[in-house]
Amino acid sequence: MKSLLKGIGLAAAGCALGTSAMVASAQAEGEVNVYSYRQPELIQPLMEAFTEKTGVKANVVFAKKGLAERIQAEGKNSPADVLLSVDIGRLQGAKDLGITQPVISDVINNNIPVNLRDADNHWFGLTTRARVIYASKDRVTQDSITYEELADPKWRGRICTRSGQHDYSIGLFASMIANKGEAEAQKWLEAVRDNLARKPTGNDRAQVKSIFAGECDISLGNTYYMGKMQTNTKDPEQKDWAASVRILFPNTEDRGTHVNITGMVLAKNAPNKDNALTLMEFLASDEAQAIYAAKNFEYPVKPGVQTSDLVASWGSFKADSISLSDIAANRTKASEMVDLIGFDNGPSS
Amino acid sequence: MTSRHGHSGSPRYGTASPSSRGERLLAFGTYFLTGLVIMPVFAIVIMAIGSSGNLWPHLISTILPRAIATTFQLMVGVGLIVFVVGVSTAWLVTMCRFPGRRWFDLALLLPFAVPTYIIAFSYVELLDYTGPFQSLIRDVFGFKTSRDYWFPEIRSLGGAMFVMGFVLYPYVYLSARASFLIQSACALDVSRTLGAGPFRLFWKVALPLARPAIVVGVTLALMECLNDIGAVSFFGVQTLTFSVYDTWLNRSNLTGAAQIATIMLVFVLVLMFIEYYGRRKQRFHQSTGTYRALPSYELKGMRGWAAVVVCALPIVLGFVLPALLLLSRASRRVEDLFEPALWAAAGNTLWLAGVAAAVSIAISLTLAYRRRLFPSNVTTFLGRVASIGYAVPGTILAVGILFPVAALDNLISESAKALFGFGTGLLLIGSGTALIYAYVVRFLAMSYGQIDGGFGKITPHYDMASRSLGHSAWGTLGRVHMPLMKPVILSATLLSFVECMKELPATLLLRPFNFETLATTVYNAASREAFEDAALPALCIVLVGIIPVIMLAKTSADTFREKRGNKRIPKTTRMVPAE
Repeated sequence: MKSLLKGIGLAAAGCALGTSAMVASAQAEGEVNVYSYRQPELIQPLMEAFTEKTGVKANVVFAKKGLAERIQAEGKNSPADVLLSVDIGRLQGAKDLGITQPVISDVINNNIPVNLRDADNHWFGLTTRARVIYASKDRVTQDSITYEELADPKWRGRICTRSGQHDYSIGLFASMIANKGEAEAQKWLEAVRDNLARKPTGNDRAQVKSIFAGECDISLGNTYYMGKMQTNTKDPEQKDWAASVRILFPNTEDRGTHVNITGMVLAKNAPNKDNALTLMEFLASDEAQAIYAAKNFEYPVKPGVQTSDLVASWGSFKADSISLSDIAANRTKASEMVDLIGFDNGPSS
Repeated sequence: MTSRHGHSGSPRYGTASPSSRGERLLAFGTYFLTGLVIMPVFAIVIMAIGSSGNLWPHLISTILPRAIATTFQLMVGVGLIVFVVGVSTAWLVTMCRFPGRRWFDLALLLPFAVPTYIIAFSYVELLDYTGPFQSLIRDVFGFKTSRDYWFPEIRSLGGAMFVMGFVLYPYVYLSARASFLIQSACALDVSRTLGAGPFRLFWKVALPLARPAIVVGVTLALMECLNDIGAVSFFGVQTLTFSVYDTWLNRSNLTGAAQIATIMLVFVLVLMFIEYYGRRKQRFHQSTGTYRALPSYELKGMRGWAAVVVCALPIVLGFVLPALLLLSRASRRVEDLFEPALWAAAGNTLWLAGVAAAVSIAISLTLAYRRRLFPSNVTTFLGRVASIGYAVPGTILAVGILFPVAALDNLISESAKALFGFGTGLLLIGSGTALIYAYVVRFLAMSYGQIDGGFGKITPHYDMASRSLGHSAWGTLGRVHMPLMKPVILSATLLSFVECMKELPATLLLRPFNFETLATTVYNAASREAFEDAALPALCIVLVGIIPVIMLAKTSADTFREKRGNKRIPKTTRMVPAE
C-alpha cells in the first residue's frame, strides 16, 4: 500500500511539473496556437516554412472531431488562435457556433477569390479539392462523364465509394441537391446506391485499390489521393493502384466538377492575435499556396499560383461555380437523405 | 439516508456510531468522488436539453429502428461469444489438466493488449477483397471479379461481432478464472462427495458461484461494444453510437447527439438495475481460510487436444493473426523506430496511463470500502453510477468532460487574476490533467468492478475480528483487506493501465499542444490513410500492453501455485486468525 501511495504521490508531482512546463509553452511570446482538423503531416511543411520566415513558433493540436466545441468550451481563456479545417460545412459551422471573429486584411482579400471566402470575413478558403471519378484504364473506355451518369444502369455493380455519411460524400450530395432540387437528387442517389458494387466502406484510396483488384470499375474520390499514391515510395504497390486508373473530371461540359475547400478561421478569443494574422496572411501567400500544390497535390485558391506538374498531368477542369454557402446549407438535408434511402447499406437488390 | 433505505437484510460491517469523524469524511469523500466522476455525464444530459430541431421524427422514421436493432444484435452476438469463449477457457485452464495448460493460462489474456480499432483494421486488411486471403483464393481458382465467387464480407455486422468478441473475451476470462480459482474448494468437494460429475459440478455449483464475476466481465464487454466507434465505423455497422456521431458531425446537431447518448445511458442504467435486482439476495463468501488444491480433471487423448484447440483458437484469432499482420507491415518501417517522436509518444502514454490507473484504484477503493462498511442501496447505487462513464461513446464523453473542466479552468484563471494579478490560462486542459480525469471517468468501471468484487470475497468475520481487536475502519482496510486483496488490486491497476493506454477519442480531443500518445500517433497515420505508418505505433501499443497483461497473468498464476502447493494462507495475511 505504501508503495502504491508513493506512486500516486510521485505521479501527482510529475503531473504538476508537466503542468507548469506545458502551460508556459502555450502562453509564451512569439508563438501561435493552431487547432487543426487537417492532419499534422499535411500542415507541418507549411508551419515549418512559416516559422523559418517569421521566427514565430506554431503549436498544433490535431483532431478530426470536436475542436470547435473545444474552443467554445474553453471560452475566453482559450489558447486557440487559428482553426484550420477541411470542408465548407465545418468552416460555416465554426462561424455558426460563434467561435470566430472577422478578419479584415487586404493581403488575404487580394489573394483569395471572393467566392471562396465568407461574405462577413469569418472564414477563408485556402485550397480546393475536386471530387472526381477514378476509372479503370482496362475496363472503362469513355473519356468524359457526369455525376448524373452514375445513375445509369450500365454501371450496375461497378461503382465503389466510401460511406455516404463522410464529409466528402455529403458535400457532393449537397451540391446535387443545390443544383437539381431535393426530389431529383434523391432519385439519383437511389439509383447510384443500386449501382454500387458493394457496401460503401473504406477511404478514397481503398476504392482505387478495389478497382485495381477488380472489385469495381469506377469510384468517387478526391484528386489529391492520386498524387499521394503516385508518389508513394514507401509503399510502392500504391503506385500500381494509381497506374490502374485514370481521373475523369465530371460535368466539364456543363456546370463543372464539384469542389470543396479547406480553410481557416481566426478564433474569437485568440490570445496571439497579431501572430495569428501573420500566419493567416502567410497561408494565403504565393509561397504557402505553392506548398499546398507541391506537397499535398491540392489546387491553390490564389489565382496565378502554379499547380504542380503532377497535378497538371491529370488534366484541367472547370469547377462548379455554385456558391459554397448553398452547398453548406444543404448538408443536413444530404445527410438525412443518405439515411432515408439507406445508402450505406449498399445496393438494395 | 443510509439507515432509512435499510440494510436489506445484510449485516453492517462497521460497528461505529454514525458520527465518527473518519466515517463522515469517508461519506463526504464518496459523494464528492461520485459527483466528480459523473459530472461529465450530467454535462451530456444538460447538453441534451434544448431543441434538436426536427431531428427525432427523422430519426424515428429512418435510422433509429435499424440502429437499435443493429446495436441489440451486436450486443447479443458479442455477449454470446465473450461468454462462451471466456467461461469455457477459464474453466479448462483452472479445473483441467491438458497439454500446454500453464502456457494457455497466460496467453489467453493476450488479446486484451490489442485495441478494438486496431484489430478491426487488421482483419479488413486480411480478409477484404483486396487482402492477401481473397487474392490467394482468386489466384488458386482463377476467379476474376467479386461476382465469380462468394466470400463472407468482413465489413458487416457478423464481422463486427466476430472481431469484437475475440478481442473482448478476456474480460470474461479474467473474471471467471479468478472466480473459479477462489471458489471454496470445500463447496466443490462437497458437491463431488455428493456424486456430482464434472458437468454437473460446472453447471450446478461453479457457474452459479461465479455468476457475479462473469456478469461483471460480460457487462464490461457489452459496454465497450456499445460505446465503440472505431470498429463499427470501419465496418460500416450502424449502431446507436454511429448515429450519435452522425447527428453531431454531419448535421451539426450536438444537442441531438447528446439526446441519443442520454437515451443510451438510460438503457444502460435499466440493464444495470435489472442485473442488480436479479442477484440482490445472493452473497457468496469464502468462509474458511482453507485454500486447498482444487479438484482437477485430467483430460487425456482426444479430449486433451480438444481442450488445446478450444484454448488456442481465441488466442490465434484475437492476437496472433492481427499481431503478425502488424509485424509484417511494421517491418517496412523499421527506421521509424529511431524517431524521437515515437519514443516521446510512448513516454507520454506510459505516464498518463500510470497516473490514471493509480487514481482510479484510489477512488475505487474509497467507493467500494464505504459500500462494505455501509452496505445499502445508496452505496451500491453510488458505485454503479460511478461506473457509467464506460457506456458513453468516447468523443461524446470527451465533450461532456470539456465543458465542466473548461469552466473550472476559466474559474481558476479568473480567481488567480483577481488574487495575484495574472491569469493561469487553462491549467487543467493545458497540463493533461483533463486527460487523466477523462480516463478515470471512462474506466472506473473496470477497477471498481474488480475491487468491489474482491471485497465481496472476504468474509466479514475478518472485519469483525479486526475491529474487536481495536483496529479502526481505516486500520482494518490497510492491515486486513489490502494485504488480502493484493492480487485483486494489482490486476485492477493493470487492467486500468492497459485500457487507458489504448484510449483514443478522449485523448484526441483533450490533449495539450504538440502532445501525442501512441494511440494518437496511430490515429494520425490512419487518418491520412497511411496504414503502413500506423502499424509500428500500433504494434508498440500491443507490445507495451503485453507487459502488464503478462504481469497480470503472473500474479494470478502465483496465487494459483500457492494453492496448488497446499500453502495455507499467503504470508502477508498471517495476522488474520485462520478459523
